[in-house]
Amino acid sequence: MEYLKAFIVGGIICVFGQILMDRTKLMPGRITVLFVVIGTLLTGFGLYQPIVNFGGAGATVPISGFGYALGKGVMKEVTKEGFVGIFTGGLKATAGGVTAAILFGFLSALLFSPKAKE
Amino acid sequence: MWKHLGEQTIRLESPPTILAASSTVGPKEGQGPLASYFDVILEDVLWGEDTWEKAETKILKETIQRVITKADLTTDQIQYIFAGDLLNQIVATSFAMREFKVPFFGLYGACSTMGESMALASIMIDGGYADYVVAATSSHFCSAEKQFRSPLQLGVQRSLTATWTVTGSGAVVLSKEGLGPYVTHITPGKVIDLGVKDSMNLGATMAPAAADTIINHLLDTNREPDYYDLIITGDLGVIGKQLVLEMAQEYHYDLSKNYTDCGVEIFDPTTQDTHAGGSGCACAAVTLTGYILKEMEKGTFEKVLFIPTGALLSPLSTQQGESVPGVAHAVAIETNLE
Amino acid sequence: MEKIQDKKQQYQQRVEEISPKVNLLASSAKAFFVGGLICTFGQIITNVIKNMGYSSDEAAMITSITLVFIGALLTGVDIYDNIGKYAGAGSLIPITGFANSIVSSAMEFKKEGYIFGLGAKIFTIAGPVLVYGLLASMVVGLYHYLIY
Repeated sequence: MEYLKAFIVGGIICVFGQILMDRTKLMPGRITVLFVVIGTLLTGFGLYQPIVNFGGAGATVPISGFGYALGKGVMKEVTKEGFVGIFTGGLKATAGGVTAAILFGFLSALLFSPKAKE
Repeated sequence: MWKHLGEQTIRLESPPTILAASSTVGPKEGQGPLASYFDVILEDVLWGEDTWEKAETKILKETIQRVITKADLTTDQIQYIFAGDLLNQIVATSFAMREFKVPFFGLYGACSTMGESMALASIMIDGGYADYVVAATSSHFCSAEKQFRSPLQLGVQRSLTATWTVTGSGAVVLSKEGLGPYVTHITPGKVIDLGVKDSMNLGATMAPAAADTIINHLLDTNREPDYYDLIITGDLGVIGKQLVLEMAQEYHYDLSKNYTDCGVEIFDPTTQDTHAGGSGCACAAVTLTGYILKEMEKGTFEKVLFIPTGALLSPLSTQQGESVPGVAHAVAIETNLE
Repeated sequence: MEKIQDKKQQYQQRVEEISPKVNLLASSAKAFFVGGLICTFGQIITNVIKNMGYSSDEAAMITSITLVFIGALLTGVDIYDNIGKYAGAGSLIPITGFANSIVSSAMEFKKEGYIFGLGAKIFTIAGPVLVYGLLASMVVGLYHYLIY
């Protein structure tokens, strides 16, 4: 059951992105920024947590979920450390994903080269 | 003798002959409808080189060497080379020129470069400044994507209006003496910008310039469209072609019987997924040196108006909110002189 | 007769009219399907990790790292761009798309060297997500600090 919820919630979030891609002049780069910022802000106002509670990975895997991690992380650090938490919370929470991206990006570039398209 | 016609057209008094022509294309072009016309079809777009840019240099260099040989000439008989490409600072061309030791004019007309290079080469010969001049250009899908668009492995969905940059090179040797086909008239184009900002719809950005050049050519030479067996633009694609037809119609020129576009002809959109068609400097160049000139040899066409078109954007300009200006240079080619 | 240069408005309108538009229903269906699939796969990973004894938060982090790895691998072997072509937002929006943007940039610009090519340009496409995500998190942090 929770797999179905993840499938549906994740699918719907992606469909929003597709509508923006196909019916507005927004480029993919702007759309992903929009999603992460909206995810972060909604998390700050407590509005993204219910979506996570219902959809699980369907809410955390999309890039808005990255915003959720950022928002949650910064709120946690501010509660714990006060003002300094504003600066440390976001990066602390997403450190794993970002570092992994750099590592695998570097390794992939080391091992693979871009192929011409057919 | 005054060789200027009307607003912007040049009538060549001693029309140069296109002595030889050669084309090299990548595998995708070699699977398209014009495949049988190209001299060399590459198996892969790197051609043994390390980078896309070096491959493009090699493609241009080999094509120019081949066309000089086809003309039964040696490199030291060529007085000037006019060439350019899409890359920043036209590096692919400049580096290829290291091999030739021929005085070189580097050009940037984006995808209209073949028209620009042939125009200037023709003027050199008609003016009595040279006997043999090479006009050439190249483009490469991968180097163009890397510079203007996005990394090759990025998961993008291309717009339906987007065109596919042709990988290849086309070159001609123009000579003072010869038996044709002759370059008889040149109509250099003005830069026209009707405010289209969509860099994924380049056909629409260039169509006004193409229409403007075609209309002015016809007005200057006092000709009707049906004077020509073929009027062919460089890389407007399906959408740009439609727009040119409509704009010409507004000026009471009916192009519907003999007009098409190299970008429309070079790929088959139903099997090759090329959306609006082909683009890139090589699109017009290989279509001319392959398809058009070979059909002129056979007698299918006797009078051709060749109008390569260029979109004058930079990787930064669209990010800065600029629209995309276009330019188109027309070259009139005839099998026989009047 | 009016010169072509003076026909801006009319021309832009005409360009809009004749430029083909994507079938939104079809593209949305594909985005829904692939995006949903990737998220479901993420859910499976999370559950497996949790069963190994990790906490919810740790499981989420490990899931992210795993999906980033998969996105990176599929990019390296020339598969992710084909998925992207088919699925559009379905492959762009999940975190695998984030990985794809980083890896594809790293691969492409490697030719310019490891420092000034790969190193400098690896975040060409993903950079804005990090910059504006972090800035948004600071807004949230400030709000949270002032309210609580």
